[in-house]
Amino acid sequence: MVRRTGMALFLAAFIGFLGLLTYGGFEIDDAAWSEIEQSSRWQDWHKQPFLDAIGELRGQSWSTPFGFVPAINAAIDKADEAMGDGVQFQKWDRQPYGLELARIASKSPIGGREGLFLFLTVGLACIGGLLYALPRIWLEPAGIKNNGVMFSKAKSRGWIGIGVGVFLIGLYIALYFHPAYIANWIRLTDPATRLISGNPDARASQWFFYGFLYTLSILVMGVRMMVHYRHSRYHLLRTVSIIFFQTGFAFLIPEILVALNKPWFDFKNAWPLNYTFFHGWSLDQFQNGGALGWFMLFWGIGLSLLLIPLLAAFFGKRWYCSWVCGCGGLAETLGDPYRHLSDKSLKAWKIERWLIHGVLVFAVIMTGATLANYLSEGKLLAEYTGPVQEWYGFLIGSIFAGVVGTGFYPFMGNRVWCRFGCPLAAILGIVQKYKSRFRITTNGGQCISCGNCSTYCEMGIDVRAYAQRGQNIIRASCVGCGVCAAVCPRGVLRLENGPEEGRYNEVSLLQIGDGKIDAA
Amino acid sequence: MAQHVVILGNGIAGITAARHIRKRCAETRITVVSGETDHFFSRTALMYIYMGHMKYEHTKPYEDSFWAKNRIELRRGWVAKVDTAGKALVFDDGSTLAYDSLVLATGSASNKFGWPGQDLPGVQGLYSYQDLESMEANTKGIQRGVVIGGGLIGIETAEMLHSRDIPVTFLVREPSWMSNVFPAEESELINREIRQNGIDLRLGAELDRIEAGPDGRAAAVVTKDGETIPCGFVALTVGVHPNIGFLKESEIETDRGILVDDHLRTNIPDVYAAGDCVQLRQAAPGRRPVEAVWYTGRAMGQTLARTLTGEPTPYLQGRWFNSAKFFDLEWQIYGEAPATLPDGVATLCWQHAEKPLLIRINYRESDQVVTGFQVMGVRYRHDACHRWLEDGRTLRYVLENLGAANFDPEFYREYESEVVALYNSKFPEAPVQLKRRRGLTGWIRSLRAS
Repeated sequence: MVRRTGMALFLAAFIGFLGLLTYGGFEIDDAAWSEIEQSSRWQDWHKQPFLDAIGELRGQSWSTPFGFVPAINAAIDKADEAMGDGVQFQKWDRQPYGLELARIASKSPIGGREGLFLFLTVGLACIGGLLYALPRIWLEPAGIKNNGVMFSKAKSRGWIGIGVGVFLIGLYIALYFHPAYIANWIRLTDPATRLISGNPDARASQWFFYGFLYTLSILVMGVRMMVHYRHSRYHLLRTVSIIFFQTGFAFLIPEILVALNKPWFDFKNAWPLNYTFFHGWSLDQFQNGGALGWFMLFWGIGLSLLLIPLLAAFFGKRWYCSWVCGCGGLAETLGDPYRHLSDKSLKAWKIERWLIHGVLVFAVIMTGATLANYLSEGKLLAEYTGPVQEWYGFLIGSIFAGVVGTGFYPFMGNRVWCRFGCPLAAILGIVQKYKSRFRITTNGGQCISCGNCSTYCEMGIDVRAYAQRGQNIIRASCVGCGVCAAVCPRGVLRLENGPEEGRYNEVSLLQIGDGKIDAA
Repeated sequence: MAQHVVILGNGIAGITAARHIRKRCAETRITVVSGETDHFFSRTALMYIYMGHMKYEHTKPYEDSFWAKNRIELRRGWVAKVDTAGKALVFDDGSTLAYDSLVLATGSASNKFGWPGQDLPGVQGLYSYQDLESMEANTKGIQRGVVIGGGLIGIETAEMLHSRDIPVTFLVREPSWMSNVFPAEESELINREIRQNGIDLRLGAELDRIEAGPDGRAAAVVTKDGETIPCGFVALTVGVHPNIGFLKESEIETDRGILVDDHLRTNIPDVYAAGDCVQLRQAAPGRRPVEAVWYTGRAMGQTLARTLTGEPTPYLQGRWFNSAKFFDLEWQIYGEAPATLPDGVATLCWQHAEKPLLIRINYRESDQVVTGFQVMGVRYRHDACHRWLEDGRTLRYVLENLGAANFDPEFYREYESEVVALYNSKFPEAPVQLKRRRGLTGWIRSLRAS
């Protein structure tokens, strides 16, 4: 009963949230126009042609962003033409300009009541989600409860799953390329950014909105994760860790740093996952950021080159990928219901190895070019650096990590990015495979080949292939989520760290003939 | 010409034999015959398909391309009889398949004991893929299911129905669940687990007959006490027997199962048997001649592969181990932990005050040598227990090192110190000190120290 109410509340809030996109429509009336004219966001060198072009839209109105955004894009194109060759609007101008115009022209009654609407949509959705998740504690005994997962329309690529996927893909495309479409959503988080920054005039960017939503998702779905695996202290602790690092390190600390006029910096997000770390603007920012800036620079380099690989050598890549990392954090919480959708075939494994190491090579080349260009003060590779950075950012940073990485949860499982794309995971995987104390131990001959471990492996590892032979599982991709060991009905698997010697074992406990122990 | 090994049955025993023959010999022609499914799947995972944890595809341990790649031919069809004189299998459609060597690995079939109504629609056992399909059909829209017989398949069937919110009545003949196999403490823990999951568990209850409704399907179960339990589905899970009906008219000697010698040879040359369908002419002390267990099938298949590739190898009933999961309660056994203690064997049995956790260690009273481990709700390391049993370690030694046997996930609470404290309270004159904490490092350290 409570669970049904929770689900109903969540659905109502979610439909309301979708409705907000178009609620009230858009109009450039006199008030909006004067606000546009007075806005300080337009850069001087193209301000006039820009205003001329937008001015032609005065008095017009649109009922949805799908009419409004193309109209202002066309206007900016016009301004471009008017300015002639050589001085064009860049992508990074268009995005905030579009968003600013959408904010001003929005006729939605959200204005001035952002907090209320935030509560009615996102807030109620969270409450609904919690009401849905929590009663399981009292309704069913603790333990693995994957009943009906394969019949579920939400979890096994049914129409609900497809719907969720389409929503996520749309959200990411809007965030990365067309934030103007979701101006009404982004505004909702204005009160939150004001609260954190202490600046009463602060406005949420699409990235603040994204971080806010991301953190809330990890929080609420983290609670669900903890309810689902409440019998397992490994999963309880791991989920608390994920929530802690996301809320503190990825969300609050960077925002507070900005409020203190320091560079936005996520202390746990290491190169090459954080691919802009060595970009010129970023390095400049560190050098101009005083002692803290220099600390960030050295910390970031040390984290990538020393701390992360070293800890992986002791504990496996899991300490980062499923205890700390933000991408991993979302995958382990929001993505947990989709973990069984990962492809376990040998073919997928082959593609995985080519792709993830390909991205790593791409990241190294891109960063190498960036550094050469930076250190030579722009002399070296001047023509190539910009485009390479841009293509990496577009293809890898936005499309692969974001649109595909999260948008494809309901289609290909929750670790698409981590498995096929993340260059940091690639480095950690190499450490884990060749120089690490981590392995998943197979418990002698107890495996019955049932397949639960492989099915619920989010990284698409065919765990059973090893377990049924009595072999330990050591795979570059394993993020140590611990779910294979949890779903095993025979107590066959244990994640553990130990001496490297004998880590790759070849024997099982099958006794043959003369009493000798033989390889399975 | 390479010899042709035909394996009848694509379960764990037959497939293990096929895989290991291929591993050891590139030339042998191998054909695996099955009427049940095209490919090998894990029989023990059937329950998870019904419960929606997995699909049938997930239960196949090898990709479909594996068989062609390893040149293991698969033939789908039901065998009607074995023509040992002509060295050929005869299928139910009359076609034949010639063999040089034959491995019979036909598994089990469900028991029925002649109850009135046992063949009604809506009454079935659960063993094969076909059984799963009929259970799917038979349980559509039913108000209640009754499970008859308190064995492993019975409790799994109860769990399957429960996973779909179908109320279950579970009739068990014994006074406590599987009390013929488990000591009282373990059995009681399982009783509690079953009831905690909302199953209507009837202990000491026996089936009298199954009654049909107006539609001719099973509609009610009547117990020996005269109670009528209305239901739409009856699972008869009163054990299994070797699936050897098709051998009745053959020359192959059978009793309860296919009789084999220590090399898994039948009385007919070039005909072997492995797995559930086997009855050993000579079982090891304390072991049964028919052992319908996954691990037994696997070990037999592996042993047979050696014999069939030129290295005759006797089948050893290695040290006993087993495991299962009863709803959320996991169980593992290494060595002996029978329902009643044999003479001269004593037991140290620790139980958590509230939670369903149990650690039992059996030992000989005369020399204190440990004879078995049984754990519930706790996982133990096979390697460690096996080694201690092989090495004839004393209870004292085992307790001192007990932490090294713990196989629970990281951060779980460890109870070994409580086991040791229990021992010390029983034998205060020479208290034991726990030396090893849990984990791999602990285990490796204890290996090095010994």
